[in-house]
Amino acid sequence: MFRNAIVAAAFTIPATLAHAEIVTTHTLDNGMQIVVVEDHRAPVVVHMIWYRTGSADEPPAVSGVAHFLEHLMFKATDTMDAGEFSTVVAANGGSDNAFTSFDYTAYYQRVASDRLELMMQMESDRMNNLALTAEDIETERQVILEERSERVDTDPSAIAREQMLAAQYMNHRYGTPVIGWQHEMEALDQGPVRDFYDLYYSPNNAILVVAGDVNPDEVILLANSHYGVLPAEEGLPERVRPMEPPQLAERRIVYTDERVSQPYVTRTYLAPERNAGDQKEAAALTYLSEILGGSSFTSVLGTKLTFDTQVALFTGAGYDGISLDKTTFSVTVAPAEGVTLQAAEDAMDAAIDQFMQDGIDPVQLERIRSQLRASEIYAKDNVEGLAQQYGAALSSGLTVQDVKDWPATLQAVTAEDIMLVAAKVLDRKQSVTMWVTANDEDP
Amino acid sequence: MIRFVLALCLSLSALSARAVTIDEVTSPGGISAWLVQAHEIPFVSLEISIRGGANLDEPGKRGAVNLMMALLEEGSGDMDARTFQEARESLAASYAFQTYDDTVSISASFLNENQDQAVDLLRQAVVTPRFDPDAIERVRAQVVANIQSEAQDPGSIAGDAFYAAAFAGHPYGSSLNGTLESVAALTRDDLLSAHANTLTRDRIYVGAVGDITPEQLGILLDHLLGDLPATGPALPDRVEFGLTGGVTVIDYPTPQSIALFGHSGIKRDAPDFFAAYILNHIFGGSGFDSRLMQEVREKRGLTYGIGTYLVPKDLSEMVLGSVASGNDTMAEAIGVIQDQWAQIATNGVTQEELDRAKTYITGEYPLRFDGNSEIASILVGMQMIDLPTDYVINRNDYINAVTLADINRVAAYLFKPDALHFTVVGQPEGLTTTP
Repeated sequence: MFRNAIVAAAFTIPATLAHAEIVTTHTLDNGMQIVVVEDHRAPVVVHMIWYRTGSADEPPAVSGVAHFLEHLMFKATDTMDAGEFSTVVAANGGSDNAFTSFDYTAYYQRVASDRLELMMQMESDRMNNLALTAEDIETERQVILEERSERVDTDPSAIAREQMLAAQYMNHRYGTPVIGWQHEMEALDQGPVRDFYDLYYSPNNAILVVAGDVNPDEVILLANSHYGVLPAEEGLPERVRPMEPPQLAERRIVYTDERVSQPYVTRTYLAPERNAGDQKEAAALTYLSEILGGSSFTSVLGTKLTFDTQVALFTGAGYDGISLDKTTFSVTVAPAEGVTLQAAEDAMDAAIDQFMQDGIDPVQLERIRSQLRASEIYAKDNVEGLAQQYGAALSSGLTVQDVKDWPATLQAVTAEDIMLVAAKVLDRKQSVTMWVTANDEDP
Repeated sequence: MIRFVLALCLSLSALSARAVTIDEVTSPGGISAWLVQAHEIPFVSLEISIRGGANLDEPGKRGAVNLMMALLEEGSGDMDARTFQEARESLAASYAFQTYDDTVSISASFLNENQDQAVDLLRQAVVTPRFDPDAIERVRAQVVANIQSEAQDPGSIAGDAFYAAAFAGHPYGSSLNGTLESVAALTRDDLLSAHANTLTRDRIYVGAVGDITPEQLGILLDHLLGDLPATGPALPDRVEFGLTGGVTVIDYPTPQSIALFGHSGIKRDAPDFFAAYILNHIFGGSGFDSRLMQEVREKRGLTYGIGTYLVPKDLSEMVLGSVASGNDTMAEAIGVIQDQWAQIATNGVTQEELDRAKTYITGEYPLRFDGNSEIASILVGMQMIDLPTDYVINRNDYINAVTLADINRVAAYLFKPDALHFTVVGQPEGLTTTP
């Protein structure tokens, strides 16, 4: 029911893509990139605008401004009232929403395909003509503060995640939460919001993704008449962010909160992301994540810690390769009743060490490979998911070709590729380990 | 002999997202199902619901049905949990087994290329689960962790207190997870009883969507479900909503309070249900247009989200809502909600609000049919409330037929400001439990 979702570190998208889908691309004269994904099974269309700007592009001291602006995009423009955008979408039987991540901010509507032009007309209007009144800013600041309370302050694991990322990224903006630090959110006013909007909300910083029952030539014509008339932002900066220095010392943190009912230990390792023309390591890491912690029944951590021994209640691993800059690879263990966090962490390390010595079970590898292949078939049933994959990838430094190549890159991964990347990434010197517990004494 | 019928091949293509044509299928063994054939993509989604659910927990065995359902994927036939999951993963099939108050459900998606094996494996899980002692202990520990986690979660604390007061002595009055004590005491025999009581053919509802014909589906269903027991025990009796108007505050250290609020509601098969549905949409339904979102969030910034819902359960019905707000603003938020509740009961809604709601509700309906498993769920939901297949065609006409007079007549009895009870978890300033 809530719109304006924050997309945290991992924006989960099916790992592979139905690349057999008919995809058309085009770039308008003002630099706006267009991707059209055809799916004619239903007279429905998803219309999305992705800005290549997220919270990691914010200037210092105004954390949360990207997400705040996302909320304010539903307020008044020069010709539309606050809230009118969503009202018009709803009056046309559609639904709309928006989300902000570290690397992108996206707006989408899902409507009958004959309403596409109306969506373009309104979306192009708010790309250029947002009013940003003082009154809207006052009220909406309260809403984002309530949102922070609801999403973060009332949830100890969300607080822990913030602390973890802040510890992982010493220099990069990924260490600052997308929603913002509370004290900076409280001070957000018109100035930084206006600056952020004026600089980044421009056609040459946007990707239009249209997916559904549409004719690509018509989409491009419509886009040209609505978005093509907007001026490009000449001063759009290169996306250069403060980069992480090499991590030389392992970091450890403990988050204690009496509301924690199930303690857990989690570790993140700095890891390479998918890069344009170079996705092989990321593909191998995708497998590594599945092998170590994908299935709670058949993964390395699941098997060793919940079946061979009863150290853990649950285990997991996580990796998302769609990221503009360096991402993380994570492993998590929640100890069983009576097992300390230290014992759980030791068992996790022992399992990983053993895996590094034993290598990969070829049967497990092939199981994962066929599931990745099958997910391409299942993904064809969800055109909105396909649209999201293109939007997230293209706003995170990847190209259409990279997205198309990804399934084949995944299928080509070998056991050797995975062990090589595992040896490189699973290095405790470039990791953060966090214990989350209800009391300072280890349970 | 295949006894499938194609009596009603109704097409929703005129207005639907997808050209949804529903085949009513009866298997040779007598299991009925609704099918939407979709041959473009080579897989099938199956949704099966069985009425009864956690309501069939026997006295003192709260949590048995939930634990039993969670164990279906933890070993069956000659396979232990890991062997079963290896087999499932090799087939790239997905199975989900879920427990609700009124139903249990089995959801599956599988590829055409290995459909027979995927169905064999699913049948094994549903018909011959093993309930191995080590699996029972593993899953029991997971359930216990959930119960402990919910005991710390403000939203769950509010829900537990609200339902316990509203439905004392009835299964609805307690969490289907069970309590720490009841779950600790469950035995393998209890799980076998829960299995025999819950997974029965006499109240089963099936929806299938994908690359499969009616004949194939009939054979599949007989194989999958034919060996389940024919009948199960009687369902519990109806229960009336027992909370009266007022406020209950449960102290919990958190910067933001959460409130669950509501009173009795309207039956799904009531003639006024469509009017009530539209009314709820206008008042607190999804989207930014609702009165509560406008008054509580957009105008006053008191919350990130607020909504109300019609909750027509099998054995009782409610109008429910929830909101989260800072400890210093919750009292104000509740005041606004109470005012709005009284206002809509007294003054109803405007023609303009009604027209806008109808456009949204009728426009949104076809967009729900947007994937095999989504459609399969809709097919099951329709059968469970006795709707005919042509409902998908006529549903928007039913919505459009509702008049302003209908809506305002319903508003006057559906919204009962004096009966509205708020259960608040947090440390809200200026709010105390009413006597």
